[in-house]
Amino acid sequence: MLLVVEQFLNGLQFGLLLFLLAAGLTLVFGIMDLVNLAHGSLYMMGAYFAATFVAWTGSFVLGAVMALGATLLLGIVLEFTALRHLYGRDHLDHVLATFGLILFFNEAVRLIWGPAGLALPLPSWLAFPVTIMPGIQYPAYRLAIIVVALLVALLLYLGVMRTRIGMLIRAGASNREMIGALGINIKLLYTLVFGLGAALAGLAGLMQAPILTVQIGMGENILILAFVVIVIGGIGSIRGAFIAAIMIGLIDTMGRAFLPNLLRQVLNSAAASTAAPAMSSMLIYLLMAIVLVARPEGLFPANRR
Amino acid sequence: MKTSFWLAGAAALLFSSTAFAGDTIKIGFVSTFSGPTAVIGNDMRNSFELALDHLGRKMNGKPVEVIYEDDQQKPDVGKQKTEKLVQSDKVDFIVGYIWSNVLLASLKTAVDSQTFLISANAGPSQLAGELCSPYVFSTSWQNDQTPAAMGLYMNQKGVKSVFLIGPNYAAGKDMLAGLKSTFKGQIVGEEYTVWPSQLDFSAELSKARASGAESIFVFYPGAAGVQFLNQYVQAGLKEKMPLYTAFTVDELSLPLQKDNAIGVPGAQEWVNDLPNEQNKTFVADYRKKYTGLRPTYYGAQAYDAAQLINSAVVAVKGDTSKKDAMKAEMEKANFKSLRGAFKFGNNHIPIQSFYLQDVVKDADGQLSLKTVATIVENDQDRFHDKCPMK
Repeated sequence: MLLVVEQFLNGLQFGLLLFLLAAGLTLVFGIMDLVNLAHGSLYMMGAYFAATFVAWTGSFVLGAVMALGATLLLGIVLEFTALRHLYGRDHLDHVLATFGLILFFNEAVRLIWGPAGLALPLPSWLAFPVTIMPGIQYPAYRLAIIVVALLVALLLYLGVMRTRIGMLIRAGASNREMIGALGINIKLLYTLVFGLGAALAGLAGLMQAPILTVQIGMGENILILAFVVIVIGGIGSIRGAFIAAIMIGLIDTMGRAFLPNLLRQVLNSAAASTAAPAMSSMLIYLLMAIVLVARPEGLFPANRR
Repeated sequence: MKTSFWLAGAAALLFSSTAFAGDTIKIGFVSTFSGPTAVIGNDMRNSFELALDHLGRKMNGKPVEVIYEDDQQKPDVGKQKTEKLVQSDKVDFIVGYIWSNVLLASLKTAVDSQTFLISANAGPSQLAGELCSPYVFSTSWQNDQTPAAMGLYMNQKGVKSVFLIGPNYAAGKDMLAGLKSTFKGQIVGEEYTVWPSQLDFSAELSKARASGAESIFVFYPGAAGVQFLNQYVQAGLKEKMPLYTAFTVDELSLPLQKDNAIGVPGAQEWVNDLPNEQNKTFVADYRKKYTGLRPTYYGAQAYDAAQLINSAVVAVKGDTSKKDAMKAEMEKANFKSLRGAFKFGNNHIPIQSFYLQDVVKDADGQLSLKTVATIVENDQDRFHDKCPMK
C-alpha cells in the first residue's frame, strides 16, 4: 500500500513535468497553428543554460531563474528570426523547418559545450529524502518539482482564465482569423505565446536536469510523449494538457511498477520481466489510440465550433 | 566543361584507389558517434587512433586506412553500416561495436562474407555460445563475466540479498544473469527498464526500497549510469542499500557522477592503473594526445583490437587473403594487451582476470578509478561449451 502511494507520487511528478512541456507545445500548436518539433530543443537549452549559470553563480535558485530568462529570450529571438516566416504555411513546412532547428541546436550545443554533457548537481538543501508519511520517504527534490509545477499550472490557469492576455490567448485558440479581424496585434501575441512556451519548456528542462544528465538530444524522447499528451488532451487546451499529462505520467509509472508482478501471475518469471517494460511503454500509445478513435479532437478540445 | 573535369577527377580517384587496393590494410570501425552515447564512440576512436600512432600507422609496412561508421546505437543502422563496409568498402577487418544488440544484428553480415570481426566491447552470450564463429574475436569479454565477478565479490563481502535493475536489451539480460550465476545470496527482485529511452528510474528505486533487499546491483552504461546514480542518491538509498555495479562507473561518466560515485564498487577487466608497461605508455600518451580526457576500458579494448589485427597482418606478411593463417595467429593472442597477457578460449573470447575498482581522488584532486583487488583470475565465460568450435 505504501508502495502504491510512493509510485503515485512518482507518476504525478513525471506527469507534471510532462505538463510543463506540453503546455507550451499545445499553446503554440493551438493558437499559432505551428507544429514545433524544436520544442524539445528549448527543453534541452533550458537545462544547458541552468547547468552553466548555476556553475557561474554558485547558486541553484539564481542560476535557475537566469536560465528561465535566457530560454524566454531565446524563444522570442527564435520566433522573430525563424518561425515568424512559417505562419500560414503547410504543416509539412513546419515539420521540416523545426526539424532543421533540432539539428541546429544539437550541433550548436556540441560546439559550445562539447559532446560529453554536463552535470547539474543539486544543492544540499534539496538532495535528501523527506519522510512524508510514516514509512514513506520521498526525495525532497522530486517533491519540489511537484510543488513548482502545480504552482505554475495554477498561475497559467489564472493567467489564461482571468487576464486580458489570457482571454486573447483563448480567443486565438478557438478562432485565429477572428481576433486578427478584431484588431488585436496578433504578431505580438504570437511572439508572447511562443516565448511563454519556450520558458515553460526551459523550466521543465532545468528541473529535470539534476535528476537526469544535461546532454545533447535530451529533449527528443520526451517530446514524443509531450505530443501524445496534447493529442489526448486536445490541441490548444491547457486544461486538457494538464489532465492528459497526469494520466500519462501515472499510467507510465504505474505500468512500470505493477505490470511485471501482474504478468508473473500468468507468464514465467523471465518472460514476464522482459515483456513488462515493453508492454508498459505501449500502454500510453494504446490510450492515445483509444482517444483518437473515441474522441478524435482530444478529451478537452479548445476550438469547439 | 566543368562536368567533364569533375568526371575526369572522379575517374582518376577511382582508378588510383583501385590501383592501391591490396596495398593498404582496410579496417571498418562501427561504433556510436552521434547522440548521447557518442562520447563512448569517440573514446574508442581516440584509442584506436593512438594504437595506430604507436604502430607508425602501418601494419607490416602497409599503410592502414580506417573507415569510421556511426551506428547511432540502433541495431538496424549498425547492420546497414556493416553491410556497407563489407560489400562496398571491402574491408579486411571490422572492429568496434559498443552495444550487444547492434553486434547481434550485424554479426551475420560479417561472418557470411568471411570478414574478420573484432568486438571491442559488446559480448552477448550468443556470440560466446551457439553463434561463435572462426571469423569473430573479442578483445573485451562475454557480458556475463564482469557481473559474475561482481557477484563473487558480493559473496566475499557477505551480502545476503540483492535487488537487480538493468536495461531491457541483450546485454542487460546477460548482465543480470551473470550476477545470478555467481551470487549466493537471495535475489529479492529483478527489474528491467526500457532501453535506451527510459531515463527516470523512480518507479524501480521505489520498488527496490520496498523490497527490503540489503543491496542493489545495476548495469547502466553511458549517461544512464549518471542518471541512475543521481536518482539513487537523491532517494536517500546510498546510506541504506549499498550499490554494486558493472559498467556503470567509468572515466566518461565519473566527471558527471562526481561524489555520487564515491564508494560504489565496480568490476572490470581493465583499470587505468594496471601496472604493465604497455598500459602505462597507453594512459600517458592518451592523456598527452587528448588533453583533458582520460582513457576508458572501451578505449583500452579498441587499442587491443588494433594490436590484435596488427599481429595477424604481420604473421601473414601483409597478405590479408590468408585468412586461416591470420585466424591461427590471432588465436594465440600474441600481442601486448593493455590488461596484461591473456589467452583466447575456444570461442575466441578472452580468458582473463577481473579486478575490483573503486573511486578515489587522485594526485590532481580529480576523481579517478583505482584497482583495489583481483576478484578472479583466468576466468572463462559460461557459454564456451555451447560453441561448436573446439
